[in-house]
Amino acid sequence: MTDNIETDVVIIGAGPVGLFAVFELGLLDIKCHVIDILPKVGGQCAELYPEKPIYDIPGFPMITGQGLVDNLMAQIEPFHPTFHLNEMVESVESIGTPEAPLFRVKTSENETTFTCKAILIAAGGGSFQPKKPPIENIEAYEGTGVFYAVRHMQMFRDKRVLIVGGGDSALDWTVNLQPIAKRLTLLHRRDAFRAAPHTVEKMRSLVGSGDMDLHLGQVTALKGTAPVLEGAVIRKDDGSTFEVACDVMLPFFGLTMKLGPIAEWGLNLHENLIPVDTEKFETNVPGIFAIGDINTYPGKLKLILSGFHEGALAAQKVHRYVYPEKKLLFQYTTSSSSLQKKLGVAA
Amino acid sequence: MGVIHVTDRAGQRHTLEAIEGWRVMEIIRDWGLPIEGLCGGACECATCHVFVSEDWLSKLYPPTEEEEDQLDTVVTQPNSRLSCQIIWTPELDGLELTLAPTGG
Repeated sequence: MTDNIETDVVIIGAGPVGLFAVFELGLLDIKCHVIDILPKVGGQCAELYPEKPIYDIPGFPMITGQGLVDNLMAQIEPFHPTFHLNEMVESVESIGTPEAPLFRVKTSENETTFTCKAILIAAGGGSFQPKKPPIENIEAYEGTGVFYAVRHMQMFRDKRVLIVGGGDSALDWTVNLQPIAKRLTLLHRRDAFRAAPHTVEKMRSLVGSGDMDLHLGQVTALKGTAPVLEGAVIRKDDGSTFEVACDVMLPFFGLTMKLGPIAEWGLNLHENLIPVDTEKFETNVPGIFAIGDINTYPGKLKLILSGFHEGALAAQKVHRYVYPEKKLLFQYTTSSSSLQKKLGVAA
Repeated sequence: MGVIHVTDRAGQRHTLEAIEGWRVMEIIRDWGLPIEGLCGGACECATCHVFVSEDWLSKLYPPTEEEEDQLDTVVTQPNSRLSCQIIWTPELDGLELTLAPTGG
């Protein structure tokens, strides 16, 4: 069964710019749903640098990435946006006209579809996806011998498993899969792990008791007739190589950002960015807007504050699509009792 | 003033004028070579991974623990560095490096 959600606007990306757009749209009585591929809101601020101080947010001499996200969530709370996390927008289909745009948006998970009058793409550098190591022909083994995530542990029962990496994912899956794997090998580039100490200890004791193997080095090639994986060639720091026999390899190299399906929505692209005008931040498709790091225009600066400004201006044009018959009155939150009512702060 | 020599992923060597105080990642990006630098130099993404020629490796400040942690997320060689963590100074005139491959 496909669920269809009708809303005014779908925002793609729950980073700071997408979150603030909820606020600007909300002041104009525009309802939105926000979709993000990550399991949490905040985008790069929360995923890449939650603890890093940011010094160029107006009004905040210093705020951390996560602190900014938390504040934005508090700021948009009065508008009750609905979040769809862990979902990626797969397709966007135009079912309206240039004067009265209407879109059908479909996501990867749960077969959710949305019908909306405007789309705000606030996807930053694209969608976060597992980093794929640059190993020749690795794609040919993906889904059979190479996995970037564990969805069902039982898939790895009685298999020879090679885990690559030294972070929490690599170490957690090492200790979780070791009991069911036929043989588990952990490969990392150095003898230091940035994972929870007790997990590292557990791994070391499994190595000590001979119940798993730990090697230092890097995978340089895969063995076996694709899609069947039989082993991996490993290069040590001294340049020598050896082979580890395995049925599956799980590389855990963290996340990176890829443009992904956005490239297939009929939008003009320039070097993986979406060109927009600087009045409305609308793309070549009427009704689809791009704000924040993902857009480009003469003089563009990839700053969070630029994305906030872009969202505010885009909201003005979105209002015309959502309420074509209504005249938009420009108001300030300091003085407008109607805006204050929407924010829940009216006297 | 000075230069750095950067070999791209197709094997072509480029000589780029360097600017004191800039991150090597920023110099490479400013000249338009394909280096992602996703996080903007915050040592948070490892998309500016380079291989430094052996002769130059010892002339660089050694990687911090933070840089080592990020290097864990790419396929390294013993001469791997993140170019956002190398600040160019005149002592690095002639620095020789190669852009590391990126995954699919």
